[in-house]
Parts: sequence; structure tokens; C-alpha cells
Amino acid sequence: MKRRFYPYPRATPYLFLMPFLVVFLVFLIYPLIHSVVLAFEQTFGPEFKTFVFLDNFIHLFKDPLFYIALKNTAIYATASITLQLPLSLGLALLMNRPDVRGRAFFRLIFFSPSLVGAVFVGVMFAIIFQKRTGLLNVILHELIGFNLDFPWLQVYVMPALILAALWMWTGFNMIYFLAALQNVDRDLMDAARIDGAGPIGRFRYVILPAIRPIAGFVVLLSLIGSFQLFELPYLLLNSSAGPDNKGLTIVMYLYQTGFQTGDLGYASAIGWALAIILVVLATIQRRLSRSEEI
Amino acid sequence: MPKPSQDRDTYEQLRTEKHWADMRRLGMILVYAILIFYSILTLIPFLWLAAGSIKTNADYFNYIFLPRGDGLFGVAWDRLTLKNFISLFTTLDFGNYIMNSIFLASVTSLLGTFFAALGGFALSKYSFPGRGVITALVLSAIIIPAPLLIAPVYELLYRIGLLNTYAGLILPAMGPAFGIFLFRQAMLNSVPVAMLDAARIDGCGEFRIFFVVVLPIVRPMVGAFMLITFLMTWNNFIGPQVILQSPEKFPLAVAIAQLRGIYTTEYGMISAGTLVSIAPIMVIFLLLQKEFISGLTSGAVKG
Repeated sequence: MKRRFYPYPRATPYLFLMPFLVVFLVFLIYPLIHSVVLAFEQTFGPEFKTFVFLDNFIHLFKDPLFYIALKNTAIYATASITLQLPLSLGLALLMNRPDVRGRAFFRLIFFSPSLVGAVFVGVMFAIIFQKRTGLLNVILHELIGFNLDFPWLQVYVMPALILAALWMWTGFNMIYFLAALQNVDRDLMDAARIDGAGPIGRFRYVILPAIRPIAGFVVLLSLIGSFQLFELPYLLLNSSAGPDNKGLTIVMYLYQTGFQTGDLGYASAIGWALAIILVVLATIQRRLSRSEEI
Repeated sequence: MPKPSQDRDTYEQLRTEKHWADMRRLGMILVYAILIFYSILTLIPFLWLAAGSIKTNADYFNYIFLPRGDGLFGVAWDRLTLKNFISLFTTLDFGNYIMNSIFLASVTSLLGTFFAALGGFALSKYSFPGRGVITALVLSAIIIPAPLLIAPVYELLYRIGLLNTYAGLILPAMGPAFGIFLFRQAMLNSVPVAMLDAARIDGCGEFRIFFVVVLPIVRPMVGAFMLITFLMTWNNFIGPQVILQSPEKFPLAVAIAQLRGIYTTEYGMISAGTLVSIAPIMVIFLLLQKEFISGLTSGAVKG
């Protein structure tokens, strides 16, 4: 190590890190350990608890509501990856054409929905999907004679949710893809064009390899975000899971068990199930993106 | 006879070039058409919300956007009303909710950014025993999914008597691991050690060095992180929903959920409430959009 000629008090770095360390220990490490303990307990509010050991997890494996939540969350995550990300990438590719003007202007507009919190987007789209008066049905009715009473939030909860998320997040992911496209080598693009590579060939062999690291990051970010979905469906469905739990997600189920039923123990078990799912997904995603690199 | 064929070649070439130029122009028109179409799709919900907030209930049911009439542009301007906004502030307590949101978001973003920068400085510019361990802790803290901590943190706040207080919301946000990581990355290369030593020779204390020398160098990161924290706190729902119980303490995110629950069919009022809740964020974003976007992508460009 380089010798220091101008010493500082030994305690300085520890002092600077103190706030972080205190918060880290009190509000992260302790709760993390405590959530393991909680997951082995059945509680009613923070006061009444009994030790049930693995019962919470055994129950969770057989809990039909958890499977509904898992299914809905997985559908939503799949839609994010397969609908939202290609749309984001498509828009980014269009915006990245060298002769497009007003890029900053379009970027500003596309990005703006992601600033609105999921709560507010949920409320907004709850009235957009309303029968009779909702923007979507009225516009579709004017354009193609669509049924004004189409029951989005009664029957088609997941499609409505996916549409709202599409509006909210497409522009946000586009910003990442735009940044990624800066890594594409212009000379390589020209060389490919001269060698007769069409748009698809150029995309497959020049653009995709260049944006792969950030694209992998965006996929991971989308997966993690999707599996923590809560506010958007909760507000869309007026503080509920919707008819027949059609909009129930894992975190919503965690919230309902922990803070409406009052079983913090079972809620912690759900939390750990979610954490394990996320770790598995992240590992799979890393494996996949690594094997593709070869 | 080589000449005519040469002419024909040139002609062919010109024709293909013109053809390509035409195709390019067509392509550009298509690109703009798609971009403008998607812009309209993005903006319509905002415009519809704004229109809905200034309509009476009767007009809300009869017109998609503004009510038609004899006024300028065929709009019945005189039928528009501020009634929805007025009831937000009179029958409901929206003035108070706005202040709560501003208070929570400002305090959290100011203090959170300060501690993040301070921690990042310690990790990047000092060598001390335990630095490696703490850096690893910071990184591992980023990975922990927030929903896992909701129940145990609630239980903890209950036990130390911080439920239904702002301290219970603000304190856990004072050690932002992701922020410390960002500031560490930013300071590693941009803050020269020689500069810190020069300040030490001049008799400058460590804390003053942080304020006077280091913070100005990473000012873009300070702005970006402060904005992101402000945004996240403003939009945070599950935290205040779980921790706060007295309605007079609610921020907008929780208040709007209540409003929607109580006034289910008062669409004008719901529109007005949502508009009031998102307008401050939109204004801040319009003023400071460069910091916002650079802050959001700073993690990605490096990754």
C-alpha cells in the first residue's frame, strides 16, 4: 500500500460509515434474521405468536391462493419480457437512427409515465378501464364500435394490468436500450451494410452482441421488478385482489396476510418464498446470458 | 459500341439512387409516424386525466375530453369547473397531504443522499481495516428484496415505538446501500487523492474536505441521486400504508388510495386528486430532466 504522508484521524472512515452501518444493522440485518424466526411462527399482530416451525412453509406449498398469486405474477413477468422489452427496444432502434430529429423531445415524452408512481398509475388506469366512461372503451367504441360495457376490471384483469404496465414502463426501458445502442460500433455497422447484411442481419450480428450486456441487465431488472408487483394491481382493483383474486400477486398476498389478516409469520414465509424465487430466476438468467455469449 | 451502354448504366445507377433516396424518405416518414403515434398514446391518458379533472359530473359522462359548445375551438369553456380541486382542499385534506409528501420526500432525499455520499467517500478514498468487508456488505444489501423486510421491520418499529411516526419511515432509508455503491464508484476515479492531501496540508479537517472538496466534484451524482430518492419516496405506497395509521400523517400516495376507495364514482375528483399528486414530480422532471436520466442510467452504463 502507498505510504500516506498526510495522515488523517484513524476513526474518520468509520465515523463516515457510522450512519450506514447503524441503519444496516438495525433495519436490515436484524430484520433479515428476525424474518427467519418469524417465518417459523404464527402470529396475530405483533403481540401474539406461537412457534409452528415448518408449518408455514408446508401450508404455503399447499396454499391455492399462493399458487394463484404465483401464476398471476409469472404471467405478468412473462408479458413484461415478451411484450414490453421488444417494444422498448424497437422504439430505441427507431430513435437511434442518425437522421431522427427531436430525439430529446420524444425521449421526454416516452419517459414521463415511469415518473408517475405505480399507485397513481393504478388509480389513473382504474378510471381509464371503467365501463361506459373509461377512456379506453369510449375510444375503442368510437373507432371500431367496441362494446362500451366491456368489463376490463371484472373479467380481463391481467390484460388490463399488462396494458397499464406497458404504458408505464416501455419508455423507461427504452432509455436503457438507447444507452446500450451507444455501444454499437458505427464502422462495424457500415462494414456490415457494405458486405450486404440486411437490417435483420445487422441487428442479429452487430447490434445484438453490442447491447447484450445491458439487455441482460434490463431483463434481470424487469424480472425482479415484475415479481415484486403490488401497487399497480392493488390500486387498479380498488385496494383488493379483484374478482376471484384475478389480480392477486405474491407481494399483494404477503401484504394481505401480514397486515389485513395480521399473520406476520406467514407473511415472512411468503417473503422468503419470493426471495428464493428471485435468486433462482437471477441464476437462470445469468446462466442463459452467459451461454449465449459463446 | 460502348457509349450507349455506358449511358444506360449511368441512367440505371441514377434511377436506383433515386429509388433508394425515395425509400429512405419513406422510411423516415414511417419512423416519425410511429414515434408520433406512440407519443400520442403516451400523452392521451395525461390529457384525459386533466380534462376529467375540470369537468362537472354530467359532462364527465357525456364527453370524452372537453364538453362541446359555442366557445373557442367548439369547446364549452364556461362549463368547465374547478369544483373538483376545491373539494380536494376543503372536504378533503389535500393541502396537508401535499405538505406531508413534500416533507417526507425532501427530508429522506436530503439526508439519504448526504449519508450515501459520506459512506461512498469513506469506502473509496480511505484505506482502513474492514473496508473490504463493508464493501461486500453494501453490495449484498442491494440484492435483498424489499418485500422480505416489510413484516420484520413493521414488528421492529412496533417494538421500539416508531409505528405511526415519520421517524419510522425516514430512519430505515438513511443507509441507502445502492447510493453508497453509486457514490463509491463515482468517487474512485474522479476525486484525486493528491487534492485531498493538499487540503490536509492546508489544515482542512476531514469533514470539511468532504464538503468543500469532494461534494463539488461529484455534484452531478448528488443531484441525480437526490432526485431519484425524492421520486421513490414520493411514490412509495407500501411503507407509509403499513407504518402510518393516523390519516393526518398520510402522504399523497396513501391518501389517493383512500380517496379512490371512498369516492368510487366521483371520477372528476379522482382525476383531480391524481393530477395534483403527479404534477409536482412532472414539474421537477421537466426542470431537471438531464440529471434524472443520467442518474437512472448511471448504473446501467457501467454494468
